[in-house]
Amino acid sequence: MKKPIAGGTNGAVVVALPHPRTGQTRRLTRFLENERLLAGVLLAPTVLLLGTFIAYPFVSGVWLALSDTSVGNVGHFVGLRNFAKAWDDSIFQQAFRNTFFYTFWATIFKLALGMWLALLLNRSFRGKRLVRASMLLPFIIPTVLSTFAWRWMFDPTFSVLNWLLFKTGFIVTKIPFLSDGVYGMWCAIAVNTWRGMPFFAITLLAGLQTINPDLHEAASLDGANGWQRFWHVTWPLLKPVTLVVVVFSIIQTFSDFQLIYVLTGGGPANATHLLATYAYQIGVATGLLGEGAAISLFMLPVLFIVVWVQLRYLRRLEGA
Amino acid sequence: MVIERPWKRWVYFYIPLTVFVIGTLFPFYWMLITAIRPDAELYRSWRAVNNAPFWTLNPTLEHFRDLFEKTTFPHWLWNTFFIAVISTGISLFCGLLAGYALARLKFPMAGALGTSIFVTYLVPPTLLFIPLADIIRNFQLGNTPWALILTYPTFLIPFSTWLLMGYFKTIPKELEECARIDGATRFGAMVRIIFPIAVPGILSAGIFAFTLSWNEFIYALVFLSSPERKTVPVGVVSEMIRGDIYFWGQLMAGALLGSIPVALVYSFFVEYYVTGLTGSVKG
Repeated sequence: MKKPIAGGTNGAVVVALPHPRTGQTRRLTRFLENERLLAGVLLAPTVLLLGTFIAYPFVSGVWLALSDTSVGNVGHFVGLRNFAKAWDDSIFQQAFRNTFFYTFWATIFKLALGMWLALLLNRSFRGKRLVRASMLLPFIIPTVLSTFAWRWMFDPTFSVLNWLLFKTGFIVTKIPFLSDGVYGMWCAIAVNTWRGMPFFAITLLAGLQTINPDLHEAASLDGANGWQRFWHVTWPLLKPVTLVVVVFSIIQTFSDFQLIYVLTGGGPANATHLLATYAYQIGVATGLLGEGAAISLFMLPVLFIVVWVQLRYLRRLEGA
Repeated sequence: MVIERPWKRWVYFYIPLTVFVIGTLFPFYWMLITAIRPDAELYRSWRAVNNAPFWTLNPTLEHFRDLFEKTTFPHWLWNTFFIAVISTGISLFCGLLAGYALARLKFPMAGALGTSIFVTYLVPPTLLFIPLADIIRNFQLGNTPWALILTYPTFLIPFSTWLLMGYFKTIPKELEECARIDGATRFGAMVRIIFPIAVPGILSAGIFAFTLSWNEFIYALVFLSSPERKTVPVGVVSEMIRGDIYFWGQLMAGALLGSIPVALVYSFFVEYYVTGLTGSVKG
């Protein structure tokens, strides 16, 4: 009557359990003991959702871009005509240049100001937790809603910024914040910087906190001043985090939509369109799905390069 | 520590920090002051002598009243909340299971699958919204909350998976092995031993996912059309501007009320949010 314990683990497990199980759950349990099958079951919901709503739309987007589909019209294959048409379109060219300009300057400002803020927050002072928490607010509050506040602050007639600059004597006439293309672009960059800087600051702060303070002490004993300590101690150690944050920010800024949509709507006279807002205007507002899809696909090469850099970097980290 | 003179501390620390704080928070203050300012004060020439733009002596709640009486704002608030909660739930469920599988189990293509989930993390919604609108229409999901509940996880799952995978890797394997020796099944050990330990990670991922869904705009703009079905960001943009006329008082009241829930959630879980934020990029 003695049951062999070694070798009969499965049977022993069932006996040890307080509640006898039905045959079905036992089969399921045994099925899930297989590592590969369990992995399959665990990954199925994710693969299903991402496959249906990312991979499939991506393929379908490429097809749309190669067709002349519009709302209510089944499209036919037209080859690269949509891409060629966009490339010759002066508004597209403007949007394309704007996207690079916007991404470049906004990223530079976010990095510089975010780094500065992180260095300030890394010191100890009273009320630090409160200050740090409130600094993240622009990143938490829905962009559309806070951008409305900015739009109101840039209002052509009732701008509080104009009032402030006028009262303090910096200007004698109003600045046409959003009614001029060049000013409009810089305003958008400013708002994007305002919104994205906390993300840089908090992530870089997390990086700064991992740096051993002894290193700074040692450097200052060796006679390094503040700037040298930053450049030769902090920066090299912070570079990996910085790269990752910059990559994320570039992707988000390059594909930005909501900020421009609310702040300028791409105007005045299409001067502030980005690829995403122009794709929306053509694809959704005008209903030319094929041409719109082609315009948004112009983002792909840049995103591809950025993602590739990121992956290569991650590999190197894992290898090290 | 490096010793500093007081004036240096002011120039290099207090003054810049104050400028940062004012610059960061001023737009929110401006939102508030606009929302409670009567229209007569709101639309007064910027050069008017008695103009005091930074405060008001006649605060009013009329903009909030208009918001509730003339628009479907409460619906938007509820929609946003409902969609954010359900899609966060779905994403946490998927992210937990997938994160565990990628962190702990050995199976063919594990590396490739992990990489492709990471790559989808970096695909921005603006790349896919046009074909997705077509697909949503074909699935008969247009203008329903399900259009968003099913698509928001596309940017929430990759990030939750990534975050939780990192979290699972920090939990020692021995814990699980002990449970298995004591007779737990693989699945049982995962659910009863590992998931409870991962609660802080789940909370971080959940808070971050919730704020992201609350913030989402382009899918909601493209997939929803009837006014009472909209989310707060889309409703404020499309229903509160009549032609070229902006009702700034109402708009700012809506922006303020639409921000408060997410700000509250954030303020209760700042530390978790920060962990989620920094973890979301480091993995």
